[in-house]
Amino acid sequence: MPIDYYLNIAASGLLTGLVYGLAALGLSVIFGVVRVVNFAHGEMMVAGMYGAVLLGGWFGIDPLLSAPAMAALLFAAGWLLQRGLVNRFVERPEHMQFILLLGIATVLVNAMLMLFGPDARNVQVPYSFDTVEIGSLLLDAVRLRAGAAAVLVAAALFAFFRFSRTGKAIRACADNPLGARVVGLNIDGLYALTFGIGAAVVGVAGALMTLLVDARPQLAPEYTLLSFIIVIVGGLGSLPGALLGGMLIGVSEALAGFLLMPSLKSLFSYGVLIVVLLLRPQGLLGKRS
Amino acid sequence: MGTLGVTGRGLVLMVLAALLLAVAPFVADRYLLSVLTTVLWFAYVGQAWNVMMGFSGLLSLGHALYVGLGAYVSAALFVHFGIGPWAGLVPAVLAAVLAGCIIGFLGFRFGVKGVHFALLTIAFAEVARIGFDHITWVGGSAGFFLPVGAGENDLLNLRGSPTLFYYVVLGLVLGALALSRLLLHSRLGYQWLAVREEPDAAEASGVDLFRARMTAVAVSSALTALGGVFQAFYFNNLFPEQVFSMGRSIEIILPAIVGGIGTLVGPILGAFILTPLGEVLTFVIEAGGLDLPGLKQLFYGAALVVIVVFRPEGVWPWLARRLRLVRQPGEES
Repeated sequence: MPIDYYLNIAASGLLTGLVYGLAALGLSVIFGVVRVVNFAHGEMMVAGMYGAVLLGGWFGIDPLLSAPAMAALLFAAGWLLQRGLVNRFVERPEHMQFILLLGIATVLVNAMLMLFGPDARNVQVPYSFDTVEIGSLLLDAVRLRAGAAAVLVAAALFAFFRFSRTGKAIRACADNPLGARVVGLNIDGLYALTFGIGAAVVGVAGALMTLLVDARPQLAPEYTLLSFIIVIVGGLGSLPGALLGGMLIGVSEALAGFLLMPSLKSLFSYGVLIVVLLLRPQGLLGKRS
Repeated sequence: MGTLGVTGRGLVLMVLAALLLAVAPFVADRYLLSVLTTVLWFAYVGQAWNVMMGFSGLLSLGHALYVGLGAYVSAALFVHFGIGPWAGLVPAVLAAVLAGCIIGFLGFRFGVKGVHFALLTIAFAEVARIGFDHITWVGGSAGFFLPVGAGENDLLNLRGSPTLFYYVVLGLVLGALALSRLLLHSRLGYQWLAVREEPDAAEASGVDLFRARMTAVAVSSALTALGGVFQAFYFNNLFPEQVFSMGRSIEIILPAIVGGIGTLVGPILGAFILTPLGEVLTFVIEAGGLDLPGLKQLFYGAALVVIVVFRPEGVWPWLARRLRLVRQPGEES
């Protein structure tokens, strides 16, 4: 049954895409509030991957369980980065911010290359080769768990921004920084908090990603670009858009890898990006500015 | 304007630097000459990038695309049809300009701005990288090689000794410097600056934004493609993973950022700071018996952060002020 074949590939692409989407969510949160493009995003994600790999190697901890630890670690790193460096660039021209984060990304990726070497590393989990049958679909247990965890974290993030006081304050900041300052919100503090949250989210995405791919430093720039593409395809500043974009890219990558050549799969993502930039520059779920 | 706004001291230094560069092959050994050639190459492509970002405010992070197109087109014509680089550079430049104009047209017509435009340039460079990996006519991912000559200096086919290549790239740098200066003080240059600083005001005063930006992309991509032609014939090998890589695009923008975006001397000074520092670092690492593959790049990244935090306008404007190499506004000549 060839149609089942395609459905299977699309479904596993969708699950991978949820993790991509979670990573892009972090980028979207930071850009939407601080208005700085985190060009070190993929590097932070791979840092999360290596964290999970190390915890798995040393103590045999499942990446699903090391994800909260990675969230805490990257939250601290993101908070410090915003406080220490990025905050003084918020008012500077766009290309300056870009260059600053490019420098940070270069430092991070090469530090990881020096620390861990260029070889791929992974985590062993007991359910590595298990499959789960849902109807006519046959899905990898790792993919299913990673996808489910990604949805869970994304839902928690949506709830935080929708219902909590701090979440509302951050949204106020994003809407109108000047107005937020006028009503007495601590903008710098909220920016640092937001950068921390964005970094924490991508740290979780990294930990989950270790279930699906081996950690390599070379992945970092790829994931930065991928998150970028997803955010723009989904719509800048739209959180549901980032998840939708992630799923779309995940499915198209999986199908392109299967139908064409695996080495051509990222070509497909760039194709999707170029088409979206031209036909709908605000993204699928974005609002026209 | 007789001395181009440069003080007497600045003029003396510039002439001295030009003289030193002119006689360098007679005093430098083979290694030093190769380092100088690399420095000048990065100075040249940095100048080419500067036309887009520095003069017109268009952030391109995909300049490796134009280097690669220039390199591959000229190399393919040479290897497959025996067409020399001087004739081959015409189609090579045209290919890069065409790519630049497609990106520019898509970007400017559809209002893709700032970071989004930068991403569009990255996307096209990445598409080219992956695409060239699969074009077997030019070797695909296994690389494309030019026949290495017998060592006879042959300027017509750009085959020969390191000294020949040194003078060719020195000529490129000086030519780009002259062209940049000419452009910056032309009607077009003033339009670029206006578009960079205040696009709305520029448009209101009658500047055709689209045309000004497109010419900036065309000039920049054409110049960069010449750097690509040089690279192909100097190194004799091309790999899509290197030529079109994002890392290469970043290396291209570094000299101008470090030296001073939008200045004439900045990209040249930046290249003279960065490449030798990288060489010294490599030397120190090797002398220390360490094997740390990422250290040099880590250093470049840290340099980028330090520069952008402490000298956001670049080293050259600061140095020129400090050493009184250029006349300050309002200063008597």
